[in-house]
Amino acid sequence: MPKLIELAEHAGGWEARWADDAFVNVTDEDAIPETGDLILSLARFEAEGDALLSSNSRRVGVRIESNEEIEVLAYDLPRIAVVALAFPKYRDGRAYTSARLLRERFHYQGQIRAVGDVLQEQAGFMVRCGFDAFEPADGATPEVWTKAARRYRHVYQRAADDRQVAFEERAR
Amino acid sequence: MYQYDLIDKEFLVDRSNEFRGQVARRLAGELTEDQFKPLRLMNGLYLQLHAYMLRIAIPYGSLNPTQVRRLAEIARDYDKGYGHFTTRQNIQFNWIKLKDAPDILDKLAQVDLHAIQTSGNCIRNTTSDPYAGATAEEIDDPRVWSEVIRQWSTLHPEFSFLPRKFKIAITASAKDRTAAKVHDIGLLLRQGRDGAHGFEVIVGGGQGRTPYVGPTIKEFLPTDRLLSYLEAILRVYNRHGRRDNIYKARIKILVAALGAEEFARQVEEEWEKIDAARADLPAAELARIRASFAKTPFETLPARSEAFETAKANDSAFARFVRNNVRAHKQPGYAIVEVSLKAQEQTPGDASADQLEVVADLAERYSFGDVRVTHAQNLVLPHVKLGDLPTVFAALQAAGLATPNIDLISDIIACPGLDYCALANARAIPIAQDIARQFADPDRAEDVGELKIKISGCINACGHHHVAHIGVLGVDKKGEEFYQLSLGGSGAEDASIGKILGPALPADKVATAVDQLVGAYLTVRADGERFLDTYRRVGLEPFKEAVYAQAD
Repeated sequence: MPKLIELAEHAGGWEARWADDAFVNVTDEDAIPETGDLILSLARFEAEGDALLSSNSRRVGVRIESNEEIEVLAYDLPRIAVVALAFPKYRDGRAYTSARLLRERFHYQGQIRAVGDVLQEQAGFMVRCGFDAFEPADGATPEVWTKAARRYRHVYQRAADDRQVAFEERAR
Repeated sequence: MYQYDLIDKEFLVDRSNEFRGQVARRLAGELTEDQFKPLRLMNGLYLQLHAYMLRIAIPYGSLNPTQVRRLAEIARDYDKGYGHFTTRQNIQFNWIKLKDAPDILDKLAQVDLHAIQTSGNCIRNTTSDPYAGATAEEIDDPRVWSEVIRQWSTLHPEFSFLPRKFKIAITASAKDRTAAKVHDIGLLLRQGRDGAHGFEVIVGGGQGRTPYVGPTIKEFLPTDRLLSYLEAILRVYNRHGRRDNIYKARIKILVAALGAEEFARQVEEEWEKIDAARADLPAAELARIRASFAKTPFETLPARSEAFETAKANDSAFARFVRNNVRAHKQPGYAIVEVSLKAQEQTPGDASADQLEVVADLAERYSFGDVRVTHAQNLVLPHVKLGDLPTVFAALQAAGLATPNIDLISDIIACPGLDYCALANARAIPIAQDIARQFADPDRAEDVGELKIKISGCINACGHHHVAHIGVLGVDKKGEEFYQLSLGGSGAEDASIGKILGPALPADKVATAVDQLVGAYLTVRADGERFLDTYRRVGLEPFKEAVYAQAD
């Protein structure tokens, strides 16, 4: 089974670990497999998602491209296990907004997965915006990922994580 | 001045360590130049024509003497003995070796300086009024809000990979010394009828290939809502700004495509959805930041200083310096002093290590340890006692820093141009030097009065030629450097984009053409009119004729 990096609870905080990836990415040309957990494109989810979800036998995720807006999922979010946000290039920062809105505006509880051009230098930004699963394109290990995401002892602005912000540290 | 606390300091140490690791990976061959490029760019390290250039952030253009001395040390130890101040109040060093960059960042971090967000598609260093805290014009100290934005924008998790770079300027004076209207966001602090303060928010100004004076999208934003409103603007831009074409990726293109009204509506819609209690800065933190700027311990002095008046009467060079480089201070008995980095034959904005040390010493002794960098690439000692001015003048003069030309024709903004920059089509520095030489006579320069010349070596407009009274743009014509002149631009409160005068001229004709333009101005100007005012009254024609009629 393929692996991905997930954030797991650890000692009152989190750490990055390898995890088995039970989800199969189904392209728009593929036939839907008989069984197993799936990640679909938005178009395919809109066409076939309802039927798949109501069967209740498998978990369903949706892959959102960087030019697609996550607001269209608002109604279905409680039933969606994974939202995979695509980074076509590391420079394309739209998915950071999508992740924050999923967590902070829609209070999404499922997995937010970073896919595509995912590099360790982005780890800190991604974790702060609410991503909790990663398919690194640069071969980063969970150890590297944890270190990169925790590099800064302080942060200056509120985001989707629960880190104490500089002004909160000062007010203590 | 704002003092970095342990949190701010540890943040810079973490940043410096991160970069040291990245450089080590590059030098060990673990990263290719392609992979390394975005990482070094996040630390202000550019690869130029001849060497690496390191751009160091100077938040809102404010430095203390320790920092200025450290910059001098870096200039001496790692560069060729000088640094270059930019139009965004930063400093850059043009001759840096990659292996030295981590040590430089460490040394900067020790004095609370860094290169964070001086490049890349992120929120860049926020610029502000170099006279902040010193001018009577301001309704509040804009550094307070600049510092609020500095912290909020530092490694912002959502807005570090925008479609393109993003620049914010803030002013709290009617006279705009920040070019706010040609920034991605310009914030103009206003006082409402009830005395409350709010920002006029201008979005989508800019220069480059498609220059715009930015439209106002909100007339009055209550100051305590600043961060949530910025978040709304940045979010709309991050989602909808173009990413398919680097030349159309700035927010000005989005604002122009949607129209200011529709853009404002989208921002408003997003703003309403943002939880203000989480997004806006708590009042206690604002008060903490404000308190750090409120402590300049001015003495109570008479408004008139005999020593100053006597020196002015006896020394015509000092009197000229005072006329051109000294500005009124809000505190009786004090003055704002502009330190010119535009001496004859100098590269505009360059300062040597020795000069930086002179400025640091003067600031320590005579200006409460406060140094500012201006948008026009000069320095400022913001709080000098009138009685100390003769001494300060003498020290500046001895260091070649007292050229009495602020806002005059030889106070030229110029980009590094083809002497340094990989993007340039033409040189900018020698053109600036030619023009300054043409107007070396200080009596004549004073007679001409305020005249802002700005020179860019290519269409990216780092030299701000679009908003110059006389703009000069370097173009490449079949491998030869030519220069296109434009008239009537302004980056100030009366912002406008200049109009092209006519066909581009060869390098050796530019200074002569400027002389002809000035001649035409002096012929037709009315009493009290600046060059810009005359141009706006009479239009392009008399100027066109002055330059091109003889050429035929």
